[in-house]
Formats: sequence, C-alpha cells, structure tokens
Amino acid sequence: MSAVTVGVLALQGGVREHVRLLEELDARTVPLRTPSDLVGPDGLRVDALVLPGGESSTIDRLLRIFGLFEPLRDAVAGGLPTLGTCAGLILLAREVLDPAPGQQSLGVLDVTVRRNAFGSQVDSAELDLDTVDGPVNVAFIRAPQVVSVGPGVDVLARRDQAIVGVRQGAITGIAFHPELTGEPLFHRRLLETATASTPPARSVA
Amino acid sequence: MLLMTTGSPLVKRGLADMLKGGVIMDVVTPEQARIAEDAGAVAVMALERVPADIRAQGGVARMSDPDLISAIIETVSIPVMAKARIGHFVEAQVLQHLKVDYIDESEVLSPADYVHHIDKQAFTVPFVCGATNLGEALRRIAEGAAMIRSKGEAGTGDVSEATKHIRTIRGEIARLHATYQANPDELYAAAKELSAPYDLVREVAETGALPVVLFTAGGVATPADAALMMQLGADGVFVGSGIFKSGDPAARAAAIVKATALYNDPAAITEASRGLGEAMVGINVADLPAPHRLAERGW
Repeated sequence: MSAVTVGVLALQGGVREHVRLLEELDARTVPLRTPSDLVGPDGLRVDALVLPGGESSTIDRLLRIFGLFEPLRDAVAGGLPTLGTCAGLILLAREVLDPAPGQQSLGVLDVTVRRNAFGSQVDSAELDLDTVDGPVNVAFIRAPQVVSVGPGVDVLARRDQAIVGVRQGAITGIAFHPELTGEPLFHRRLLETATASTPPARSVA
Repeated sequence: MLLMTTGSPLVKRGLADMLKGGVIMDVVTPEQARIAEDAGAVAVMALERVPADIRAQGGVARMSDPDLISAIIETVSIPVMAKARIGHFVEAQVLQHLKVDYIDESEVLSPADYVHHIDKQAFTVPFVCGATNLGEALRRIAEGAAMIRSKGEAGTGDVSEATKHIRTIRGEIARLHATYQANPDELYAAAKELSAPYDLVREVAETGALPVVLFTAGGVATPADAALMMQLGADGVFVGSGIFKSGDPAARAAAIVKATALYNDPAAITEASRGLGEAMVGINVADLPAPHRLAERGW
C-alpha cells in the first residue's frame, strides 16, 4: 500500500509540527500555498488535508489573496478528509464569533465558533482531555471553542462544559494542538479515513 | 478534574510556533493596530514611540503607558505584545498583569540593568528577546525566553544588521551541528566559547535548530527585505518603524504580509512591491556613532 498524501496548508502558522507528526505516521506531506498545489489537471493532488493553527484572520486573508479560498472550500465540501486545529477549526466553521473585521470562513463545518474563547496567552494551557476516541494530552493556545453545533455534527471532546472537538463526516475540527505535544490520535484517524476513502487509481499514483 | 498547566515552556513556545510565517508590526495607537490587523499582521507590538522616533528624540525609553496598551488590547483580536526594558522585571510584572500575550525584553528601550536580564522562567507570560549571535540567543533561552528575534538595528530602515545577525546565528548553528556529527567531544569547549549552558548547546548541536522560534527584526522596510529575511531562514518578521514611517502604511503592511508568506516566489514579491509609495527614509547604520547602536545593548 502506498503512503497517503496529506496537503498541509502552509500560508502561516504551525505547519512544521503537523508535517513532522504526519511523517512519523508514514504519510507523505505536501505544503499548500497556491491553488495548483491542491488541484492539478487530473483533479485533487492530495488524499487528505490539514489546516494548521496560526492566526486565523491572517490565514483567511492570505487564502483569499492567493486564490486558494474557493478551491479549498470546494475540496473540503466535496468530501476530502480534513483535520483543522485551532485556527484551522475557525477556518472550517460556518460562523465565527468575535471575528477580525472582514474575516471570513470556509463554512464547510456546521458549527459556530468563538475565537480566543479561553482568555489571553497567560490562560493558555497544556491539559489532559477525554475524547470519544480516547484520552489525549494537548495544548490550548489562545484557543477557540465551539458554541453551537448543527444536526449531523458529533461532539468529540469537551473542556469542562465547552465543546472543543467536533466531527462532521470526513471533517474533524479541534480547538487545541495535538501536534505541539506529539499526540498522534487525530492524525492517525485522518490517515485511516483517507485510506478508506481513497480510490485505487489515486493510491498507486 | 482536568490536570492543567499554564506557563509551561511548551505553552509559551507554542504561541510563537503559531506566529511562524507571519509579520508582527509595531503600533503606537489603536488606529494603527487596526490597520495592522486589517493588513494581516499575526500580532502587534504596542509601544509609545517607534524605534525611529526613540532614536530621533533621544532620552530614556521605557515601558508604554498601561492605558495605551489596554486600549490596543481592546481594539484588536490578534495577539498583543509589549516591550519591557532589559532587566526591568517590574515592568514585566505590570505587562503580565495587563495580560499582554508576549513581552519583548527589548534593547530598543533603555536598559534598566547592565548585568542581569529578566528571569523569564518566573513568569507565566512568554518572552521574546533579541540576539546578535548564537551564544546570546542561548543565554536568553536559558533565562526562559520562548522566542528569539535577531536584533538588527532598529529604527534605521537599514537591513544590513538584521542580515548579519540572522546569518551569524544560522551559521553558528550549522557549524555546531557539523561539530556534533564529526567530533561530539568538542561540544564542551563549544559551550564555553558560546558562554551558554552545555545542555542547550548539545540540544542545538543534535537537532541543528534552535529549540524556539527565530524571527528577525531591525531595519526591515520593504516586501523584499521581509522575503530576504525569510530566505535567510527566519521563521517570521518583526517590522518596526518601516510601516508607519512610510508613505502608505496600509498598503505597505499588506504587501509585507504577502511577501513574507510567498517569500520564495519572485513574481509574488514583485507584485507586492508595486505602487507602495515612499519607504521610510532611513539611516545607514555605518553613519551611526557607536553609542547610538541599539544592537550593542544586551549581552
């Protein structure tokens, strides 16, 4: 079986940590900066997608400037297995509370998120969290939270009462950073989803 | 009950990790902070005077008025940083109380202590510190800095010192890594020469990288300057006087953000460089008498 190819959005933010974790899990990674990194003449060039943490308002702006906003939205809406962490969760959301002026989101995950919901950096924390997929040790860095979910969205994790992890079909959005602590659970699950849904033609390419 | 840790090295370094590939802009008013956020800055540095004005006006430069910092925190949704004087741990206590997201222990302000830097491990809020070489960077990391920026020569618009510092730091890391591969027993002497703790020197030698994010600062004034820093291996860019001392700050800020993101793409840098109006006038570092060189503050 050939390796799964994961596109990691690489406009800004914690890209390197995701790449390292994915490569430890024997995935191939491709940095995505332009539309042609994502879509080639024969269709999508990747089997799965990671939207990393970073500054969500900056990443949104760069996506639109570089013409990647629509191709990315179409790919995720079309069922490409996707993991969004922190700013990546914000980018996926249908609605963003406390946005920067003019901030947009892809609107492919039926949730409302609040940016920077746990306070400033002095409130950022490492913690142990129970998720439906098992216990994890992760970092919250000026993290968002999910304040409401639509039908068809499963809650994966809560921090006290706050929803901090969700899944809708092939899309997983988490408010925290497993890549900073080296926690492989969500990336392994992404690769499993991609393997299960990858047509044979692309897996031998 | 959740087991929770705030202020750990991972949490402090984690925010810097999320700033990578981004531009952090000096702002002196809430209005400038809004312009920076609109242009795509990943964070703003709140201060009373940009380095070019500190340089022109002279006098003792200190931490900014808490009212100004609070007003900027209220205005923007992106992280807000602020500067404390080297060694002034009470200014740092005030900034932590104000809930800034990062403190810059900065040579741009007048040092408060010519022997000791702040014990940054004692704080929950993370610190960024300037460095001109690897030994200086590692001493700051040993004190608890969670992010390093090359110093450059702030307030000049002359990028030559920033170039020198990033090349020096990257070059010293590469040589240390080569020493580790060829003669690891020489790392003890290397630690002595760098005047840095052996464990940190060994970590850098093994991994071939700093254990924290390395930004660059001091003299960046154009999109091409920012891309130069990124091609030289910086993880991101601080822009001080270069934006709000130029003819069209909003356009220049957005252009520097673009060029930083696509730093390897000459076509994108060219596009970003068009029609920006006048850059800041600038001062050649060679024309600055030695006592006025900020990069020589800190040790």
